[in-house]
Amino acid sequence: MSIFHQLLAKPWVTAQARIDDFHVGGTFFLSPAKLGLRVFLAVVTVLFTLLIFAYGMRMELEVWRPTPQVSLLWLNTVLLVLSSSAMQWALFSARRHEIDGVWIGLLAGGFFAIAFLGGQIMAWRQLDSLVGFNITNPAIGFFFLITALHGLHLLGGLVALGRATTKVWRGFDVAPVRLSVELCTTYWHYLLLVWLVLFGLLFSGNDSLGILLSICGLR
Amino acid sequence: MTDVTPETTSYLAPAEVEDVELYHPKSFVTKYIWSQDAKVIAIQYAVTAIAIGLVALVLSWMMRLQLGFPDTFSFISPEAYLQLITMHGMIMVIYLLTALFLGGFGNYLIPLMVGARDMVFPYVNMLSYWVYLLAVLVLVASFFVPGGSTGAGWTLYPPQAILAGTPGQSYGIILMLASLALFIIGFTMGGLNYVVTVLQARTRGMTLMRMPLTVWGIFVATILALLAFPALFVGAVMMMFDRLLGTSFFMPQIVEFGESLKYGGGSPILFQHLFWFFGHPEVYIVALPGFGIVSDLLSVHARKNIFGYRMMVWAIVVIGGLSFVVWAHHMYVSGMNPYFGFFFATSTLIIAVPTAIKVYNWVLTLWRGNIHLTLPMLFAIAFIITFVNGGITGLFLGNVVVDVPLSDTMFVVAHFHMVMGVAPILVIFGAIYHWYPLMSGRMLNQAMGHFHFWVTFIGAYLIYFPMHYLGFIGVPRRYYAIGETEFIPLSAATLNEFITVAALIVGLAQVVFIFNLVWSLFKGEKSVKNPWRATSLEWQTPQMPPAHGNWGKELPVVYRWAYDYSVPGAAEDFLPQNLAPDQVAIAKGHEASGVRAAAT
Ligand code: HEM
Ligand SMILES: [Cu+2]
Repeated sequence: MSIFHQLLAKPWVTAQARIDDFHVGGTFFLSPAKLGLRVFLAVVTVLFTLLIFAYGMRMELEVWRPTPQVSLLWLNTVLLVLSSSAMQWALFSARRHEIDGVWIGLLAGGFFAIAFLGGQIMAWRQLDSLVGFNITNPAIGFFFLITALHGLHLLGGLVALGRATTKVWRGFDVAPVRLSVELCTTYWHYLLLVWLVLFGLLFSGNDSLGILLSICGLR
Repeated sequence: MTDVTPETTSYLAPAEVEDVELYHPKSFVTKYIWSQDAKVIAIQYAVTAIAIGLVALVLSWMMRLQLGFPDTFSFISPEAYLQLITMHGMIMVIYLLTALFLGGFGNYLIPLMVGARDMVFPYVNMLSYWVYLLAVLVLVASFFVPGGSTGAGWTLYPPQAILAGTPGQSYGIILMLASLALFIIGFTMGGLNYVVTVLQARTRGMTLMRMPLTVWGIFVATILALLAFPALFVGAVMMMFDRLLGTSFFMPQIVEFGESLKYGGGSPILFQHLFWFFGHPEVYIVALPGFGIVSDLLSVHARKNIFGYRMMVWAIVVIGGLSFVVWAHHMYVSGMNPYFGFFFATSTLIIAVPTAIKVYNWVLTLWRGNIHLTLPMLFAIAFIITFVNGGITGLFLGNVVVDVPLSDTMFVVAHFHMVMGVAPILVIFGAIYHWYPLMSGRMLNQAMGHFHFWVTFIGAYLIYFPMHYLGFIGVPRRYYAIGETEFIPLSAATLNEFITVAALIVGLAQVVFIFNLVWSLFKGEKSVKNPWRATSLEWQTPQMPPAHGNWGKELPVVYRWAYDYSVPGAAEDFLPQNLAPDQVAIAKGHEASGVRAAAT
């Protein structure tokens, strides 16, 4: 029964009570950890959506000076894609019970993620040293803020990844590691998606958000 | 999830749930300090919230002393006054009400009421409390740093919040923003627990629509908080950037003493949108748990099922949804497109419809009920009256034309205190009188309780009714002193003295309440099990107070909704949720019909 269906039930009626007595408890066929992760991702989605809204609103409110372009971001994007792919590899291996593959996938995933973070810091440096750098330019402020928040989320993921990796290292079987690998992989793909949206809309230098706003008639 | 053909069953074995790995505390420290038991965490949350709430109460006394007797207290400077209102408002709304409703009642009641052994992520739950405590400590630290706490108002509007001339500009505002960010992180940890526990950890037979409304209220409020707090988080972090790194998200070009500041190009309105996108749902974050709890208090103490249970659930959900599309009614005077004003005024009025439905249903629950005027019942009735009161002035303020002249006057202060100050606090008191026996095994003292109730209830009206009038004649809010003005008669000063005296007396009644809490813990009358004869699961645990793990070997099995009071034909006037149909004692003369049938 869907949630909406359940909300229509009349719990005080005998016929309904007979049905309800067989209810086994959960609402979704999902482990609590997976549901918990999804709820968390919903919260993070709100966070980044609000940032994009704030960005777009600010573009409309006063004079807007776009950021100078940082081409290093393209490379960083590739790194993050690699990281996500490695995690997917780990997940495949876990499903096929190949502990070596899990091990390699997790390590490579972590490695590329750290490389991505390093790349982001280098991007900050590059931006910092550009002529025309002016911290009071909101576009630059947004760039620092949004990349920092995204990076912090990835850093948090690395903690979880570290714990999963230690489990493998300590020689646990595939089964108990599998849930951790699944959770990490979901999180990684999600953060990749967020980054692609952020990069595509805000930081690729194509004024995509501006175009989107004009399509929606807000500009 | 259970699409089976209905058939008559009398006994249902507990569902095969795999044994959750309960963590087992080994020492005093892991049992009571680094505890992962939701009940202990709840009490930690509650004690911390009440303690910091008392600080906010004392701050309100100082504000009232200044307003009632200007030029009398040399230790309250104009700057200090601004700091007082800011800290008072912020503590009351976030660190007291939000933390107490969700962290306190949520943690205690959710697992018990849905028949779980604990929250689903106990470790994260423990972290949630400690991060909250850290947030409180950072906030308290801001009283002591050079320059003192921030005086920007609880709304923290930039640009003034981080400019010279606002008290606490050097460190106070930084600590305030940091503390808010911490609070949100801590809350998110707890919130994930509350949502997932309600969704996934219910016991056998506990469908969503069999949950008590208390759980519904806390559940939906938690979802609101999870979705609304990110806006405050973003706003706080952005302002922190502006203050510390010199970005200009919210800071326009500003000339101060003929000198141009380093800022330029930001938009203060952007912050207002972020703040109120959080700020309005926040009102419902503290109101919805209150709605839920009051529904249960009324039903238990009037020995009657709640009127219109389904409608009550829907109303909670609809109010939660609508609360995200009304935020700009706080920004009518900030200037906006008239069509926006029209939209937000309309959505604000629409939200009154589900709210009114709830009020009618509460009143109809009382109608021909077997009303016991116990303390929880008194507080619940007082809540209805107060909430209606504040709700009606809210309808006035929701209209642009009425709001513009009344904005930033004492009328607004009176309105929001009624609706989100006094009303939720009354529910909290009612809830504490109701569940104290469950938590401690003892009853609160009745005499002190009645004193507390009457002084608080009547006193709140003596404080806030006159404030509406002050607002009408134009007394502005957030003013240290009104001095001599043409439009404010001298009698306003007398009225202010009166309000101050009332506020001090109400404050003292709270001291009696705190004393009662501590005194009854040791000297209170021992409570029998389930003293209110309630149906919901939290009262049906093998031990009272519930032990670690809540239930005995097997989880309870639920056979009915939470509102089987005064069921015709049953010998007892309440049927606990876990009472199997064939166990129900049947009243004399009703043997033939059977009670399941009678319950419909
Ligand atoms: C004994 C109880 C209380 C008294 C006497 C009291 C008194 C006051 C006073 C005098 C002000 C400042 C008005 C001004 O100059 O603008 C104020 C502001 C405020 N109070 Fe209370 N209050 C009480 C309880 C509460 C509670 C329970 C809440 C919880 C919602 C609350 C929330 C606020 C807020 C949000 C502000 C606005 C602060 C600002 O302007 O930034 N108060 N209160
Ligand atoms: Cu509002």
